[in-house]
Amino acid sequence: MTGLSTATARPAPTPATGASRPPAGRGPSVPRRVRTWLTTHVAMITALTVLLYLFVPVAYTFAFSFNDYRKSNIVWNGAAGPTLKHWRDPCGAPGVCDALVVSLQVGAIATVVATVLGTMLAFALVRHRFPGRGVSNVLVFIPMATPEIVLGASLLTIFVQGFSRFGLRLGFWTIVIAHIMFCISFVVVTVKARLQSLDPRLEEAAQDLYAGPGGTFWRVTFPLVLPGIVSAALLAFSLSFDDFIITNFVSGDETTFPKFVYVSYLRGIPAQANVIGFSMFVIAVLLVVAGQLVGNARKR
Amino acid sequence: MTALAHTAGAGTHAGGPAPGQGRRRGGIAAYLLLLPGALWLVLFFLLPLIQLFAVSLQSGFPGYPGYYYRDVNAGNYLTAITQFAGHFGRSLLYAGLATFFAFVLAYPLAYAMAFKAGRWRNVMMIAVIAPFFTSFILRTIAWRQILADEGPVARVLNTLHLLPGGRITETWVAVVAGLTYNFLPFMVLPIYASLERADPKVIEAGGDLYANGFTTFRTVTLPVSLPGVIAGTLLTFIPAAGDYVNAELLGSDRSTKMVGNVIESQFFRVLGGFPVAAALSFTLMALILAMVFVYVRRFGTEELL
Amino acid sequence: MALFSTGSSGFRRAQGDLHLEAVTKEFAAFTAVDDLSLTVPRGSFFALLGPSGCGKTTTLRMVAGLEQPTRGRVLIGDTDLTGSRPYERPVNTVFQSYALFPHLTIRDNVAFGPKRRGDADAARSAEDALELVQMSAMAGRKPAQLSGGQQQRVALARALVNRPEVLLLDEPLGALDLKLRRQMQVELKRIQTEVGLTFIHVTHDQEEAMTMADTVAVMNAGRIEQMGHPEELYDLPRTSFVANFVGQSNLGTGRITGADGHDLVVEVAGTTVRIPRDRSAVTSGPIMFGVRPEKVRISTEQPAGAGNDVKATVMDVSFTGVATQFLVTVPSGAVWGVYEQNLDVERNTIRPGDAVWLGWDSGHAFGVEADEASAEEARVAS
Repeated sequence: MTGLSTATARPAPTPATGASRPPAGRGPSVPRRVRTWLTTHVAMITALTVLLYLFVPVAYTFAFSFNDYRKSNIVWNGAAGPTLKHWRDPCGAPGVCDALVVSLQVGAIATVVATVLGTMLAFALVRHRFPGRGVSNVLVFIPMATPEIVLGASLLTIFVQGFSRFGLRLGFWTIVIAHIMFCISFVVVTVKARLQSLDPRLEEAAQDLYAGPGGTFWRVTFPLVLPGIVSAALLAFSLSFDDFIITNFVSGDETTFPKFVYVSYLRGIPAQANVIGFSMFVIAVLLVVAGQLVGNARKR
Repeated sequence: MTALAHTAGAGTHAGGPAPGQGRRRGGIAAYLLLLPGALWLVLFFLLPLIQLFAVSLQSGFPGYPGYYYRDVNAGNYLTAITQFAGHFGRSLLYAGLATFFAFVLAYPLAYAMAFKAGRWRNVMMIAVIAPFFTSFILRTIAWRQILADEGPVARVLNTLHLLPGGRITETWVAVVAGLTYNFLPFMVLPIYASLERADPKVIEAGGDLYANGFTTFRTVTLPVSLPGVIAGTLLTFIPAAGDYVNAELLGSDRSTKMVGNVIESQFFRVLGGFPVAAALSFTLMALILAMVFVYVRRFGTEELL
Repeated sequence: MALFSTGSSGFRRAQGDLHLEAVTKEFAAFTAVDDLSLTVPRGSFFALLGPSGCGKTTTLRMVAGLEQPTRGRVLIGDTDLTGSRPYERPVNTVFQSYALFPHLTIRDNVAFGPKRRGDADAARSAEDALELVQMSAMAGRKPAQLSGGQQQRVALARALVNRPEVLLLDEPLGALDLKLRRQMQVELKRIQTEVGLTFIHVTHDQEEAMTMADTVAVMNAGRIEQMGHPEELYDLPRTSFVANFVGQSNLGTGRITGADGHDLVVEVAGTTVRIPRDRSAVTSGPIMFGVRPEKVRISTEQPAGAGNDVKATVMDVSFTGVATQFLVTVPSGAVWGVYEQNLDVERNTIRPGDAVWLGWDSGHAFGVEADEASAEEARVAS
């Protein structure tokens, strides 16, 4: 830099050569292009293979929902050919639909409670500075770094040795309590990420435009964080619905869908379980796709 | 160059300190927001852990199996470590292998989703999450069918004489394969999230600077996605190390059991097994937390998850 | 309960000039704004100009109510607004990078303020405001579907629609490219004239401040260095910081040796120069002499006349079409710039390495307090 100040009231015109030079005409060299093509497609082909791998057991579950088996639905009965009878009577196997209903109920309650509590926690941790914040962050993080079996075991010991004195017996509500507990951390993490990426100027702009604290929250902050809360709720529901290990420890005689499948494994899992499992998969996909479409339509 | 050719005002910047971070000081509101969730975690996570620790030191009433008294019986830990060292070793080994294979499979998928998928990104995202909804137990049982002796994989490999033991199920291979499969989405999602946040231009620039694709990956892409990789490996390793369903459904009765299986059977099938099971759980948790701590220290990220 | 009230309460009506009275803002270990007093006349276009970190944005945020002063008062007319919340003030802001609500359409963005104030005709007001900035056609879109320039207009409409007593603009053109910035400068000025509101424009771009504002205040380190009409600031800087930050100056440190009628006689780098007494901020002792580059004439022969000349060596010559810029080294070692319009028929023959004479009309010279540090600061900042 020279001794002169560089700001000027009359900046020199930009040199014409810089602005008018045509975009570089030389493309990448041929071997480079081949390699680029390869890397592009290698990545995509590998990705699709991995996705396929993810779906193989789902396809198996689907296929075996048509199996006309006699004793156990483990080996395909080629002699009888595919049948639709399990699809016509999905509750035909004893207990399977009861287990499904329990799973859906637990999932719904756990999702609502965990989403509300987790969202509040996320707001407190991101938006406020207070003594105990560091400890709270750790308290939220550690359940995720604890193996499920330890969570299940510790809950079992306190339920049977401690809380039983307050009349709490293993069953539906102990499952709900446990599911809320392990879902909270995942909700906090998801909502926190969304909150942290929120531009603080948007809330300032709302205040500047005459919105009080309530108006700012309900008209700006909440709608902008809502997608994060919705994905947190979805995550919580899918974690709860699919949980087996913790549920197995705290469920007593109550049976959720995954527990039903696990317990009936030795006797042979009825094909109705396949019907229900696959249907849940289809419903979930449809819901998520519908959500995406609504989201896209809103953006437009 | 001349000093006069500069124009002021080309860049944008905020004058003074960064505008309000939306952060407020203390106040009762913070604690009101915090309280219900924190209370839940204290009651149903922290207290149970303390109780579990207490149980791990209890002793059984002689002659009354299934009844315990408060004690400081470190012998439970001794039993846990000496009798079940093999199970601990297998848990960590299988979880480590599964984490490695999940990483190898997940990275290209996450990479393709972040940079190559374009408008298919969301579809791929759904595809990664969707299998969750078919119960994890059902899918594991499906793997048992696929890998069974008379199943397609074993038959092909046997025909080609590529399967030394003659079977896949009831071996560690099946257990590791099941673990890898089950926790793969937990590896994909964080890596994808961190890659998605990265600027593709940074990675392109890397491609320009280093001719070699692998060098670009090692020096640019991987560091950019490191927070995601760390989160993904933890989210895979931790549940895998504590899992017992895969070992139960895909493994053999003796040689592939993991700590999870022992804890489960000590709790449910061994009368008077509570203290040892609790000691096993606590040892497992301590082992995992120690490994996580070292791992996070080594790769140093504060923003973990 | 505050959480559920969505309307604004406690709105303060206020009219008149904006006054800042001895306002100070301290953050932890650092004073962003230091005892600043200022009056902005109602209906004027006022610019706060300064390098980043000078406290101009903090000042603006205190007027908006987004920051509260540590000491001092903020008033509009006779109404003391100190301590009131942003939503209680008749003040609106056009934020840097716009801060449009991404989940609302353009129409709803603009109608946000009127609706919060319970304006029954909010939709109509919004349409009018969009008309004013020529964005009616985009009313149904979302912010993400607009270009930077369009978002800028919407941000302006969203603030203007409330007819605030004071409109604050925080680097509003910073994100636009040069051409669009010029266009918006003209348009902002037109709109301000049309609506007749007080505009306070924060910028680090001195050209932007000079073209639009009636009054420019140059800020540095939390204080106002100088305030005045742009021409005045340029013609007669009162501090070395202003001399460097607003346009460029050729400066030299010297000492006042005497007086000659209305002029001060100054000894600079072995040469004697004159500064009109009323154009100097100091009258004795050390002084920093300055003259603007375009006021300096360059020639190969010593100009006849009274002493305002310096011998120099040419370092660099650059031809820019309308003008030629020279960089020369004066005997003190400092580098000066000379800006010569290409009016002559003859082509310029001066080349780097040539010995030349610099001359100027002593009426153009100015003197400021010798303060090498702040001159350096302004150089670095710009």
